[in-house]
Amino acid sequence: MLTYFLCLILFCVGLYAIVRKRNIIKIIIGIIICEYAVNLFLALFAYKMNGRSPIYSPRQEIVNMVDPLPQALALTSIVIGLATTALLVGIAIRIYEKYGTFDITKINRLKG
Amino acid sequence: MLEINFLLIFIILGALVAINVKDLLSAVVAVGASGLGLCITFLMLKAPDLAITQLVVEILCLAILIRATARDDLPFSTSGRWLFNTVATCLFLAVFLYAGYQALKNLPVFGSPVMRVSEFFLNEASQKTHATNLVSAINLNFRAYDTLGEATVLFAAAIGVMSVMRKKARKKLGEKDEG
Repeated sequence: MLTYFLCLILFCVGLYAIVRKRNIIKIIIGIIICEYAVNLFLALFAYKMNGRSPIYSPRQEIVNMVDPLPQALALTSIVIGLATTALLVGIAIRIYEKYGTFDITKINRLKG
Repeated sequence: MLEINFLLIFIILGALVAINVKDLLSAVVAVGASGLGLCITFLMLKAPDLAITQLVVEILCLAILIRATARDDLPFSTSGRWLFNTVATCLFLAVFLYAGYQALKNLPVFGSPVMRVSEFFLNEASQKTHATNLVSAINLNFRAYDTLGEATVLFAAAIGVMSVMRKKARKKLGEKDEG
């Protein structure tokens, strides 16, 4: 229970950075921290006490395996997280080249 | 399970440093430290595939973010309704934490997962796929469409990055140079 709650606190730290910060790079860092928290929650949920990793081996003494299904889904999620981060950073670099700042309140050329 | 809690506290401290420090390069390094702590946590949680993938992704992510921050820094500005914004955000996070805490009470206890679907994989994967690693058996056999979708998203993101980062647009067929 405490472990799950620490994972929730990690998610909240990322959410604070997304909502409150004004620098685009800080917002991207917040999104990365949120991804960490979600992947960590999937891996925590799969853990079985005193289990072993889900790999067959000929001489095995521990019979319990941890849950392999959330691990397989988290593997997909990690790789997609890298792709979205690369796209976000690309857009941030173009915004810097166009406006000369990372501050989201200064990017207001469309304001009427 | 004390060591997992300590590692989680280390990750949270790294994240706090990353979002509060003023220098952007220091923030990127701090989030990298937090990601490596996450990698060790995956190893503790008996997920070696996740740990390997997280290590590779972490290093690539660090390189991409350093490419973005390797330029002159901008000053930290606290103008506007600073107090109101901070109080509103903290209030929202408090409500979120309370709701999440109430929801986490209904989960099974840490260390005893509900393995209703995974029973099938644990019993049948060895005969049906002849793979020794169950995670790769699920990813590449039982849920191969999932992996296909992942590859699709990856290539779409690569095309997006290419089209965003390209310096000059391609000219039309009849267009002259330098208009």
